[in-house]
Amino acid sequence: MEVTLRIKRFNPEQDSKPHFEEFKVDVEPTDRVLDALNMVKWHYDGTLTYRRSCAHGICGSDAMRINGRNRLACKILMKDLGSRITIEPLIGFKIEKDLLVDMEKFFDSYKSIKPYLIAEDAPSSRERRQSPEERARFDDTTNCILCAACTSACPITWTSDDFVGPAAIVNAHRFIFDSRDSGAGERLRILNTQSGVWRCRTIFNCTDACPRDIKVTEAIEQVKRALLTEQV
Amino acid sequence: MAYHRYDAVIVGAGGAGLMAAIQMAGHANIAVVSKLYPPRSHTGAAQGGISAALGNTEEDNWEWHMFDTVKGGDYIVDQDAAEVLTREAIDAVLELEHMGLPFNRTPEGKIDQRRFGGHSRNFGEAPVRRACYAADRTGHMIIQTLYQQGIKHNVNFFDEYHLLDILFTDDGACCGVVIYEIKTGEIHTIHAKTVLIASGGYGRVFKITSNALAGTGDGVAAAYRRGIPLMDMEFYQFHPTGLYKLGILLSEAARGEGGILRNSEGEAFAERYAPTMKDLAPRDMVSRFIYQEVKEGRGIDGKDYVLLDVSHLPDDVIDRKLPDITDFARIYLGVEPKKEGIPTQPTAHYAMGGIPTNINGQVVHDPEANVVPGFYSAGEAACVSVHGANRLGTNSLVDLVVFGRRAGRHMLNHMNEYDFLPLPNNHEDFARSQVDAILSRDSGERAANIRSEMQELMMDKVSVVRNETMLAEARDGIAELRNRYDSIIVQDHGSTYNTDLLEALELGAMLDCAETIVFGALTRQESRGAHFREDFEARDDVNWLAHSLIYRTDKGLQLRKKPVSITRFQPKERKY
Repeated sequence: MEVTLRIKRFNPEQDSKPHFEEFKVDVEPTDRVLDALNMVKWHYDGTLTYRRSCAHGICGSDAMRINGRNRLACKILMKDLGSRITIEPLIGFKIEKDLLVDMEKFFDSYKSIKPYLIAEDAPSSRERRQSPEERARFDDTTNCILCAACTSACPITWTSDDFVGPAAIVNAHRFIFDSRDSGAGERLRILNTQSGVWRCRTIFNCTDACPRDIKVTEAIEQVKRALLTEQV
Repeated sequence: MAYHRYDAVIVGAGGAGLMAAIQMAGHANIAVVSKLYPPRSHTGAAQGGISAALGNTEEDNWEWHMFDTVKGGDYIVDQDAAEVLTREAIDAVLELEHMGLPFNRTPEGKIDQRRFGGHSRNFGEAPVRRACYAADRTGHMIIQTLYQQGIKHNVNFFDEYHLLDILFTDDGACCGVVIYEIKTGEIHTIHAKTVLIASGGYGRVFKITSNALAGTGDGVAAAYRRGIPLMDMEFYQFHPTGLYKLGILLSEAARGEGGILRNSEGEAFAERYAPTMKDLAPRDMVSRFIYQEVKEGRGIDGKDYVLLDVSHLPDDVIDRKLPDITDFARIYLGVEPKKEGIPTQPTAHYAMGGIPTNINGQVVHDPEANVVPGFYSAGEAACVSVHGANRLGTNSLVDLVVFGRRAGRHMLNHMNEYDFLPLPNNHEDFARSQVDAILSRDSGERAANIRSEMQELMMDKVSVVRNETMLAEARDGIAELRNRYDSIIVQDHGSTYNTDLLEALELGAMLDCAETIVFGALTRQESRGAHFREDFEARDDVNWLAHSLIYRTDKGLQLRKKPVSITRFQPKERKY
């Protein structure tokens, strides 16, 4: 089947602002958007630029806006889209080139919530014990692949420069509710600010955008509740 | 021209690279260079588990694990390395848990373990639960946890820099790397006392592969171009269960949890070929079972695939232990694994071969294992050899953690013995010439067709079953493609994020890897592990109980044999 890709282009070495370009490609219904982008790059326009690696939805490289929704380009198939597909870079991030955006600020937000196990007691010579129930408590948020689909889908991040963003809160949640971690207090303090968890307006765009089906809004709510009740 | 100085530079930020970095961070000035943001590394794609003889759910010990590894590798595993791997695996897994890795747990709260292909109790008696796992996302948890530790320890990351060259003094000591800053097109030199190559494998040499698009063998090729021999390149593993046509991995864990392979008659055919281990026989063997079924006309609809059936497993097991592969089947093939079999076929998965090292991660350059000063390698890019002719599932993640850690520790402990050796004159010339040659050419051929022809050629002629005729065709085909590569052009001539240029450079690396795979496969006239020759079906321990070291010289490719370390287990016939 033939589809038309309408792709937002921007070459910082030549363009003063982004513009759309169209490409017609022949695809199979089971082809991924990434396959279509590769077709364009490899056979029509080698300057088309985007990040990609695993091609099966687990590395998080190719999050972009496809027909107005944040998706992983390698996880959405032609048969789920129409014959005209609009592909744009993630909103709210500085465009570096075409579909490739500046991820530095996103990773800085992630780093700001201390995304590593904080454990004061020295581990024994065996594994720390954790029951299946304790393990299940933070299971959802362990699935984050740092693709930025959620943070870029959040309208707060479109207008506010200092919201830490859903992904950072998800990764804080992963540790706050991990029974082996003792840094909940520190992270909750960091998030207990205007730029932290309180900027969230429960819009749900994040949950809608997450390609790993993480209940992002619920995780953020659990962090808010932990702050309000002073209990984890 | 940008210049940096670090005690150690690590190329590759997957499991092995990060593990090495964590050993050294805070104690030495180190840099970690990666062409991807670290959490994108291919370690994250690993699914099934990381094996260690913890004995949490049933009795186990490292000697059984060592035996399984040696037999799984069809007896060219270096047994001193296998002993290190399996002994230190226990500590390595516990260290990961201490770092916070969220393993699945037993009811008592210990790390849960499951069965996996080739892992047995009591030297082959029956399958054993040795694979420690986190759903079917163990690799994802490992890369996230190690990246988190990298952040905690303030590791210096050079994110999105592509390796162009490895630098050596005239005496052959390693003194740094030359890298390309993807954001700006600027070339940087990192002057270092030690260099660790942990840049992964090269599955993209083949058409159907589980590997990420980034899996192009950059580090392996860079070493080879500088005269370092590559070891055991002919041993490339085809994982039996990749999604039909896409190659996306369906973890062996599915079979570990009770999944069964079925042919067009609905028969569980693995039992016919491997009565004891059945679907949990080692991967090279299961791939050959599938190949044989297809050849004899029992592929589904007469085509070249079979079905992976998990429909008989309880819903709860599928949901809790195999969520990701269920997702893949649903999304990419529109198949519901709880009701139907999943179309699967062998997919190019893992490079047993690579840069030869000793058990401390130091690169060696000859059959006597003489060390290249200051040069290290670990992970899939390296060949210790811990996997021999075929790797067992869950042993790669152990390899990364154990040998990444050992390399890092060795580099740190011996840092005082190393010096900042003077960089060779015009040290950026080779790197620049690669880039300039491509950018300045105004007529030639683009990468796409050369690459797809290479991938088809390798998949057709150099995969699960090989013979002299096909391999000779592959050799000639690759030679012709390398000639065409000499006129490669790109359309993007910019400096910012020139991924067109990067893909062209990656193709060069892949062609170098392909050339050595074919040469090794042609020269090794026997069948062993993943290297199966229809014209030499028997294993030949008299002539070929050895590693192959492949050198690029002015007179063409040359092969020298390197002895295998055999300590506990004498080679026997490999039956499951």
